[in-house]
Amino acid sequence: MSGTKKETGFSFTIDGVEVTAYAGQTIMEAADEAGVYIPRLCDHQGLRHQGSCRVCTVKAGGRSVAACTQPAAPGQAVENETKHLNKMRRDLVEMLFHEGNHLCPICEASGNCELQAMAYRLDMTETTRFPYLEPCRALDASHPDIALDTNRCISCGRCIRASQDVDGKGIFGYVGRGIHRRVAVNGENLADTDAEVSDHAISREVCPVGCIIRKRVGFVTPIGEREFDNGLIGHEIEEKRK
Amino acid sequence: MTEPRMIEISPVTRVEGHGKVTIHLDEENRVEEARLHIVEFRGFERFIRGRLMWEVPVIVQRLCGICPVSHHLAAAKAMDMIAGVDELTPTAEKMRRLMHYGQVMQSHVLHFFHLAAPDLLFGFGAPAEKRNIFEVIKEKPELGKRAVLMRKYGQEIIEATAGKKIHGTGAIPGGINRNLTIERRDHFLGSIDMMIEWALDAVKLARDYTQEHEALVAEFGSFPSNYMSLVRESDGALDLYHGSLRALSSTGDLIFDQIPYTRYHELIVEDVRSWSYMKFPFITELGPEAGWYRVGPLARMNTASFIDTPLADKAHAVLKAETGGVPNNSTLANHWARMIEVLHCIEKIRELLNDPDLQGTDLIAEGQRREEGIGVIEAPRGNLIHHYKVDEHDQVTYCNLIVSTTHNNEGMNRAVKDVAVKHLSGQAQITEGMLNHVEVAIRAYDPCLSCATHALGQMPLQVELFDAEGSMVDSRRQSI
Repeated sequence: MSGTKKETGFSFTIDGVEVTAYAGQTIMEAADEAGVYIPRLCDHQGLRHQGSCRVCTVKAGGRSVAACTQPAAPGQAVENETKHLNKMRRDLVEMLFHEGNHLCPICEASGNCELQAMAYRLDMTETTRFPYLEPCRALDASHPDIALDTNRCISCGRCIRASQDVDGKGIFGYVGRGIHRRVAVNGENLADTDAEVSDHAISREVCPVGCIIRKRVGFVTPIGEREFDNGLIGHEIEEKRK
Repeated sequence: MTEPRMIEISPVTRVEGHGKVTIHLDEENRVEEARLHIVEFRGFERFIRGRLMWEVPVIVQRLCGICPVSHHLAAAKAMDMIAGVDELTPTAEKMRRLMHYGQVMQSHVLHFFHLAAPDLLFGFGAPAEKRNIFEVIKEKPELGKRAVLMRKYGQEIIEATAGKKIHGTGAIPGGINRNLTIERRDHFLGSIDMMIEWALDAVKLARDYTQEHEALVAEFGSFPSNYMSLVRESDGALDLYHGSLRALSSTGDLIFDQIPYTRYHELIVEDVRSWSYMKFPFITELGPEAGWYRVGPLARMNTASFIDTPLADKAHAVLKAETGGVPNNSTLANHWARMIEVLHCIEKIRELLNDPDLQGTDLIAEGQRREEGIGVIEAPRGNLIHHYKVDEHDQVTYCNLIVSTTHNNEGMNRAVKDVAVKHLSGQAQITEGMLNHVEVAIRAYDPCLSCATHALGQMPLQVELFDAEGSMVDSRRQSI
């Protein structure tokens, strides 16, 4: 495969940095391989791309596109780390905070949470300018090994894709429309599904926030050893270039 | 003769949390009634319901920013019980103890040097602008430096064991999530001897103040009461982290002893009064009139048979000798007791730092799940009770918290009235300095008013003066 890739490789630039891509790769896939980080929340390695959170929006050919779904094109000049794009991304992240109940100080995902880490990366140093919607959503702790606190859900749909495509189960799905669109379980509650704690959809890396909770392991990782305690989100990709 | 009046002191300063004092004067300016009102309501007991059991130690510690470790550990102990863990691994138990000793040390140092020292050094009636830590640093730079560095040492112990100086995550149901690295251990050992020396000096400072102001200490907000605390199981030694309940009368007679703290609800009842968000607990068998009691450093000095660290034990014996071995009822002697506990904590920290169990890797124990858990600890301000019930889904269904300042509610109110009667009664003019005397009495208990009401929002403490007909005629309020 690598031989084939080399034959079809082409170049484009991201913020002036020359990046090599191969046929069929998205801008984000090529950027990741080249060590250029494009912020994202709904995209996750190993899951099909969805392009819904728009945090990965870049400028390509003068248009705003989702880097996780837009194919890379030869000779294209992509803008990523611009003041304008990062402000737009920060606005999106702020809106996610204002739509849910994200109480970082008491959340067991704190330090491992991609939403929190993204807010830090995008320099969201103050509370959101938008009014908090403060939704009232019940905790679903019906399952013996898993709990769902949808107050923290950002509707990224990673659990939906993981459950459908990797686990072959379809535990989760979207319900509602517009502002009311939410992730829900396919049943009365989680205990009413065939979800198992070993499912890929339930694993820590799939849920970017503290919505899907594996019971009785909260706070086991000490402060200082959590995923984002010692580096900004995306640093592992950026380190490829160093 | 003047019109009856009401004085309001609001907020009471240099305490944790917000409250006010009201003092009612009659036509002759005599104090008729004086009360400490806690005007906050926080509602933790209610909104913790429905949350998951392992979140509890992290959530409830947000009751307080001064001694969150106490709530963190009391809740963790309750969750140990629910997790079915009756005995922690040696590393977990010792790490938690280290965290707690660091916490008690830093909290006591904060109170004595930063909050109380201005009164003790400059006088209760000194100008308000003089009564703060910055003036202490200016006039006693060495003392000020030690105050800052001793607190820093305790805070760093907390950080090394809980992950953060304030609101960490170290204790989890059944154990702890980290051990102590050799590097951190050696860092702390590097200055432990200096800490011991400074603590000895602090004990001397507090003892000298108490002995040099014998007459003041004897009369200022002092009255007989019952005392309650945990003591070590089996031998009754001072134990701040674990033990069983002991209560003494003002003359030293045992009211109960070595009662497992899981039976606290058989021993004490919480009374409610309309004018305060803080409850009034009392010992059940003695009733509300005779059964109120005090907790905290002086209570612990009274209840403990001895202290199991040599320097603090020696200091304890000197304090006990002041009253011939019977309980010391002097509110101001709390400062002396507090410094003895600082010394004890540092001795304990030294003992633990030299224990290789702190580098162990067996951190979490498991057991047979229960649905109810009670955790009790001796917090800096006194006995702290956390009680929870959890359903089969791991969600909290019941929570009851009795914090140190709540235990001391009746005692603080009596101290307020005692000082108001002695220092304000019959005075034609009430000065700010006179009102500070009332605050000094409250401050001796080092109350944490926000903890005591599990309160929500910000409401300042104020002092109000009422006339005989109940109209407010004067109030003092400080913006914070």
